[in-house]
Amino acid sequence: MEILVVGLNHKTAPIEVREKVAFNGPKLEEAVNILKTSDVVKENIILSTCNRVEIYAGVNEIDAGIDGIKDFISDFHKVPKDLLDKSLYIHKGREAIRHMYRVAASLDSMVVGEPQILGQLKDAYDAALQNKTTGMYLNKLMRKSVSVAKRVRTETKIAASAVSISFAAVELAKKIFDDLATKAFMLIGAGEMAELAARHLINSGVRDVYVTNRTIARAEELAQEFHGKVVMFDDFPQELRHTDIVICSTGAPHFVLLKDQVQKVMKERKQKPMFIIDISVPRNIDPGINDLDNVYLYDVDNLQGIIDTNIQERAKEAEKAEQIVDEEIGSFLKWTASLTATPTIVALRNRAEEIRKSELEKTLMKMGPLEEKTIRAIEQLTSTIVNKLIHPPTAALKAEEEDKEQMLGIIQKLYNLQIESDDNDKT
Amino acid sequence: MEINVLLFELALTFYFIATIAGIVDLFRGKKTTSRLAFYLAATGFLFHTANIIVRYVQGGHIPVTNMHEATSFFSWCVLILFFFHEVRYKLGLLSSFIMPIVFILMFSASIFPREIKALSPVLQSYWFGIHVILAFLGDAAFAMACGIGIMYLLQERFVKSKHLGGLFQKLPSLQVLDDINYHLITLGFPLLTFAMITGVIWANSAWGTYWRWDPKEVWSLITWLIYALVLHLRLTVGWRGKKAAILSIVGFVIIIFAFFGVTLILKGSHVFM
Repeated sequence: MEILVVGLNHKTAPIEVREKVAFNGPKLEEAVNILKTSDVVKENIILSTCNRVEIYAGVNEIDAGIDGIKDFISDFHKVPKDLLDKSLYIHKGREAIRHMYRVAASLDSMVVGEPQILGQLKDAYDAALQNKTTGMYLNKLMRKSVSVAKRVRTETKIAASAVSISFAAVELAKKIFDDLATKAFMLIGAGEMAELAARHLINSGVRDVYVTNRTIARAEELAQEFHGKVVMFDDFPQELRHTDIVICSTGAPHFVLLKDQVQKVMKERKQKPMFIIDISVPRNIDPGINDLDNVYLYDVDNLQGIIDTNIQERAKEAEKAEQIVDEEIGSFLKWTASLTATPTIVALRNRAEEIRKSELEKTLMKMGPLEEKTIRAIEQLTSTIVNKLIHPPTAALKAEEEDKEQMLGIIQKLYNLQIESDDNDKT
Repeated sequence: MEINVLLFELALTFYFIATIAGIVDLFRGKKTTSRLAFYLAATGFLFHTANIIVRYVQGGHIPVTNMHEATSFFSWCVLILFFFHEVRYKLGLLSSFIMPIVFILMFSASIFPREIKALSPVLQSYWFGIHVILAFLGDAAFAMACGIGIMYLLQERFVKSKHLGGLFQKLPSLQVLDDINYHLITLGFPLLTFAMITGVIWANSAWGTYWRWDPKEVWSLITWLIYALVLHLRLTVGWRGKKAAILSIVGFVIIIFAFFGVTLILKGSHVFM
C-alpha cells in the first residue's frame, strides 16, 4: 500500500479554482463513497476547507492512483483536467506523510499556527469513518497526525503569540492592566477592525463599555450590540476619566483627542493608567500623548509591528516543528515496514525448505542407494506437502487486514523466524 | 571551621548560584530555570536559617549585634518576603531581581568580622528584639519594593517604546507590579514607624533621652520622610507607576546608605559596640 496526497491550497490555486473543486456538506459524503468504489483507491479521506482541498489516499499502484484521483476530481466537479494540473500538487510516500503531518500541525496554513485546521482535519476523518472509506493505513496515519500536531503545540511556541490586530490589542491590555474585569472601555467611532478589537476586549471581560460616534444612531446600534452606554461625541473627552482602555477609529481627517485634554483627564483620574489604541488612518489621536506618564498610545503601525515580530517568532518556532515532523515520519515508516509481509513469507518458506531438505537427506541415507526416479518422487512428495502447508498462512499474510501486524507477529513467533528489521525508507 | 561559619558559607554559595540562575533566566530562561533559581534560593535559606539559630543559641540573643550579623539578618528578612511573594503571586522573573540584592547583602556580611560577642548592657533590653525585628522587616519590605520598582521601570520602558520582546513577555503586568510595590510600601512604612517608636522608647530607658540626633536616627528619619512622601503623593496626586517605582528605588538607596554608610563612616550609638 502506498500513501498519496493529491490536492491544492491557497498557495497553488486562487479562490476561483478552490471554490470550483470544494467538497461542501453533502458533496463530501457523496465523493468519499464514489472514491471508495474505485479499483485503484483503497482508502480515502477528503479534506475540504476554504484554503485547501485535498484527497488523502491509500493506493496499490501510485501512477494509477494519481490518474484515478485526478480523473475523479475532474469528473466530479466537471473541471477540465488541464486547469487542475496547473494547481494540483501530488505527494507520495514519505512526502505524503510529511504533508499530512504539516497540515495537521498547521505548518502549511496561511497563518502558520492557526488552530482551526486540526479540527477541520478531524471532521474530514469523521466523515470518512462514517462512510467506512479508510483502512488500517489512513487510520494509523490520521491518529499519528493528530499526535504530531499535539506534540508541536506543546513543544513549540508556534501558536503562543497574537498575529491579528485585535488579539495583539487584548494581549497588550492584559500586560498593562492584568485583569480586565475591573476596567472600563470606550469605543470612539466605528469600523470593521475597531469593532473586531472591541469585541475581543469585551469577550476578555471588561466591566463597562462606552460607545461614541458622530452619528448618534450608529453609536446606539453598537451600544446595543456591546451592551454598552452611549456617550455624546462632544462629551467623550470628559467621560475618559472613567475609561481605562480606548479604541479610536473615526473617519476624521484631524486629531479628535489632544495632549492637553488627556493631561487634564489623567490629573482627574489620579494618574490611573490608560491604554489608547488609535486604529484610524489618518491618525485621530495626538501621538504626543504617548509621552504622558501612565498613558500608553498605540497606532496601527505599532500593532502591525508587534504582529510582524510575532509572525517572525512563529517562523522560528515552525523550524522546530519541522524537526518534530521529520522525526515522526520515521516512526510511521517503521510501522509500515513492519507490515511488509515479504520478509516473513520468505523466512517461513526458507524455514520449511530447510526442514524438508534435512529430513529428506536423513531418510535417503537410511534407505541406502535408490533409483533416480524414486528419489525424484520422494522429493516431489515432500515439496508438495510443504507447499500445501505453507500456502494458507502465506495467503493470509498477503491480505491487507487490520490485524496484519498481529498476524505477522504470531507467525514469526510460532515458527521462530528472525526477521531483520528493514529501516530503509521506501519512497 | 565553626558550624555557623560553615552554614553561612553554604547559604552564601547557594544564593550565588540562585543569582546566576536568576540572571540566566532573564536572557534565555525556560520554566525550569526559574524553578531552579527558586529551589536554590530555598536551599540556601535553610542553611541561612540554621546559621541564625546556631548563632542565637551560642550568643543567647537575636544575632544582630555586629555588622556581619545585622547584614545577614537583613537579607534573611528580604528572603522571607521574597518567598511569600513568589509563592503567593508567582511573579515571573522575581528571583532575577531580588536574588542579586540578597546576594550582595550576604556578600557584604561575609566581609565583616564574624565573632559572637556577649550583649553589651545597654542592649540588654526587652525592646532590643522588637526594635530590630521591626526595623529589618521594614527595610526588607523596602528592598523588595526596590526590586519590584526596577521590574516596573523595565516593563514600563518596553510598553512605552513598543519593544515587546521576550523579557516583556516574561515580566508581570504593569498593574500587578505597581500594586505590589504599593503593598510593600504600605507594609514597610508602619514597620519602620513602629521600629522608630520602639527605638525612641528604648533610647529613653537606656540613655534617659528620647532623641539625640545620632546620625542613624537622622537618616532613619530621612528614610521615614521619603516613604511618607511616597504614600502621600500616591494618595493625593496619584504618583503611581513610574514615579512610585523611582521613589522606591531612591528610598532603598538611602536605606543602604543609612545602614552601611552611617555605621561605617559617621559612627554613633548604633555602631555595633
